[in-house]
Amino acid sequence: MDIKTLRDAHKLLTEFKYELGTVERGYTNRTLYINISDNIIKSKPVTQLMKDKFIGGKGFGLWYLWNAVTPETKWNDPENEIVIAGGPICGITQYPGAGKSLVCTISPLTHIPIDSNVGGYFGPYLKFSGWDALEIQGKAEKDVIIYIDGNKGIVTIEEAPLEAIDGHVISEELTEMYADSEEDKKNISVISAGTASDYANIGILNFSFYDLRRQVARLKQAGRGGIGRVFRDKKIKAIVIKFKGTKGNLNNPANQSLINKAGIKLHKQIHDLDDVQCRMRKIGTANIIEIMDEYDLLPVHNYQYGSHPDTHKIESNVFIEKYITQNMPDGCWYGCSLSCAKAADNFELKTGPYKGHKVTIDGPEYENAAGLGANCGIFDPEIILEANFYCDTYGVDTISFGTICAFVMECYERGIINKEITGGLELNFGNGFAQLELLHQMSRGEGFGYLVGLGVRRLKEIFVRDYGADPNFLNDIGMEQKGLEVSEYLPKESLAQQGGYGLTNKGPQHDEAWLIFMDMVNNQIPTFEDKAEALHYFPMFRTWFGLMGLCKLPWNDTTPANNAETDEPAKIPEHVQNYVDLFNGITGMNIDKHELIRQSERVYNFQRVFNIRMGKGLRKHDAMPYRSMGPVTVEEYESRQERYDKQLRELVGYDPEGKTTEEKIKVMRTYREDQYEKLTDAVYKRRGWTPNGVPTIEHLKEIGMDLPEVIEVVKPHLQQEACC
Amino acid sequence: MKVKVLTKKEELCIACGLCEEVCSNAFFKEKNRDKACIKVKPGEKSSIDVCTQCGVCIDICPVKAISRDKRGIVRINKKECVGCFMCVGFCPENIMGQHDDYIEPFKCIACGLCAKECPTGAIYIEEVEIEKQEKVTPSAV
Repeated sequence: MDIKTLRDAHKLLTEFKYELGTVERGYTNRTLYINISDNIIKSKPVTQLMKDKFIGGKGFGLWYLWNAVTPETKWNDPENEIVIAGGPICGITQYPGAGKSLVCTISPLTHIPIDSNVGGYFGPYLKFSGWDALEIQGKAEKDVIIYIDGNKGIVTIEEAPLEAIDGHVISEELTEMYADSEEDKKNISVISAGTASDYANIGILNFSFYDLRRQVARLKQAGRGGIGRVFRDKKIKAIVIKFKGTKGNLNNPANQSLINKAGIKLHKQIHDLDDVQCRMRKIGTANIIEIMDEYDLLPVHNYQYGSHPDTHKIESNVFIEKYITQNMPDGCWYGCSLSCAKAADNFELKTGPYKGHKVTIDGPEYENAAGLGANCGIFDPEIILEANFYCDTYGVDTISFGTICAFVMECYERGIINKEITGGLELNFGNGFAQLELLHQMSRGEGFGYLVGLGVRRLKEIFVRDYGADPNFLNDIGMEQKGLEVSEYLPKESLAQQGGYGLTNKGPQHDEAWLIFMDMVNNQIPTFEDKAEALHYFPMFRTWFGLMGLCKLPWNDTTPANNAETDEPAKIPEHVQNYVDLFNGITGMNIDKHELIRQSERVYNFQRVFNIRMGKGLRKHDAMPYRSMGPVTVEEYESRQERYDKQLRELVGYDPEGKTTEEKIKVMRTYREDQYEKLTDAVYKRRGWTPNGVPTIEHLKEIGMDLPEVIEVVKPHLQQEACC
Repeated sequence: MKVKVLTKKEELCIACGLCEEVCSNAFFKEKNRDKACIKVKPGEKSSIDVCTQCGVCIDICPVKAISRDKRGIVRINKKECVGCFMCVGFCPENIMGQHDDYIEPFKCIACGLCAKECPTGAIYIEEVEIEKQEKVTPSAV
């Protein structure tokens, strides 16, 4: 359909004109509120309290969300919001990874706040258009597009009946529609979901950026927690922003020189060292596929095993040599010399509604290869790329989908479900075409694929209720916590990483802490106290990226040549100082690395209390499925028998000689579950929380997060814990 | 392709710094070696950093603001530049210019003004065969 026909079918519902703003030291000092139930659009001031306590990015998102919802609010209630915000550093062009948007909503999977960190040009353009955050509330009657023209100062809500819903199509359509010319396309960013987001709780948002050289709208994903499902439930087809005139000083920083120095130094470091370090410029995050396999950390067959003899078929060099276009400046925002946003061009699809189309695929990321591939026993790079493509365009989280698919495949292989239940699909490990069919069904809201889109937690309930499955076994092997699927690392042999997944705010996503190497490979954090310190510091440090509009990767996926000689190599001290300099350079403030952590602690604890307010966030919600901690089945135990027998002997004081595997599994389980409880005790203590996981009032006061509404939530829990 | 580029004979350089002054004065109306597109490093044997017009920066630029003109010289379109300075960090000769007074980088366009003033002939304009390093950005020529 031609663009004119699409545009002519638009019906303007409301128009809001605003004075173009200015950015002062990283802030525009106002946010844009849009209610699509009532077609209300207004400007709200950013208060000093917001800047002091919540800084920006997901801090602003969580604060607005807190004020929008009640403890009873469900994800699909109109008052639930989607909040999109950059942060004070978002939009600088000199330092790698500085164009991130943070998206917050109440998740359809977890029913608590989810936050997702996404690239693409939307976040910077939102700020340059005059807004520190975009807050969307309500539900439209018919499909709408929200359009923000950051040069003219106009926001519109338009009914848009004819545009496609799938991400790669609508992003192209709207980029074409709103750009004045081919050169102007880089000034457009589109947020969309996809057809599966109409049905699946694992829906994502696609944030576009126009690739000038490939001449295609590329997509980055706000992936975790089902934000796309909320977006489509609100009947939003897309949000489009246009801003022309990006320059290197639009944040109006207090000290541009500090930012320039940090940025150029890092560009040089990446230039000199990336080829011999992580090869992020060559293959992005997929560089670790074979490394994870080598260290027995690659999830295989629903996290039963950590490696597979066929991993070489999907190792990074296969993608580099056969599929990925090389030597492109693949940053998802200007100035990202780490350039991990890889793409396979001219990939001909073999299945589905776009069969025969030659498409550009964003990826594969490590998580896609591990989740869609190894975890499902699929070692075919073309299936992985095709599933990657369809996940993106249908609006499906590759991580959740990979983990769910691995779960149903194990259930199928163990006879918990059968061909009759799957509608004829033979869901054996390794059946790539069956995996793709699940996706196609999900996009139509049909068949077993529809059920898969509901997530592991719902599937466990359904398999128990309808097919008589053993709930204990499903709880052991269903890799979800708080309703969110575990991301793609095997944490079984690293207690610290079990905590890195389990003791999180939003659920088991590795963006809070990735401690496997520190813990398991390098043995740098041997005691509970060491692990607790790491599970305090790293989640707080990593939270900071989400307050600022930054990407985590340029922190530790490139390291200074002399990093190993520093006092705390795991923290990358030189890069921490860069971040302090960036913040001070932008805002003119004078924080140090300790205040940086404090800024995060406030928001981190606020989010914990928000979870408690929504009925989760206590110790019982931080328990992990046993598959993440140790061997559930005989096969798993015996695949690592030597290691496990040795541990029983040396750590537990139990002689495995002559014992059955079942007996040994039981003893091992008691030991490992006890270790996790001890770790939880130590981490809560370090974080200033009670044994039930509730932040104490003293701690909230000490960190400066003692807002009355926050205290009100924790008080009854603290009283109950004190008396009982 | 054959391109007239600024060429050097470092053994003739006496590190007088005149070339740097001429350059910054031509570009920025200011005699300031930090703002020159040529860099002389004095020492027992002086060294000179000059742009070879290799074109590595053309592909590095995320907005295609750097291109080769019809003379084969690599030039920055400041209007399009977003000031990310990746070209500065990735220049193989470490000679892409940057100064905090400006939000865009700057580079040698082989104008030859510095060569004209060089008292020893250590720098001069010469037509040489260069191997273009840009692979993915179509040439403006």
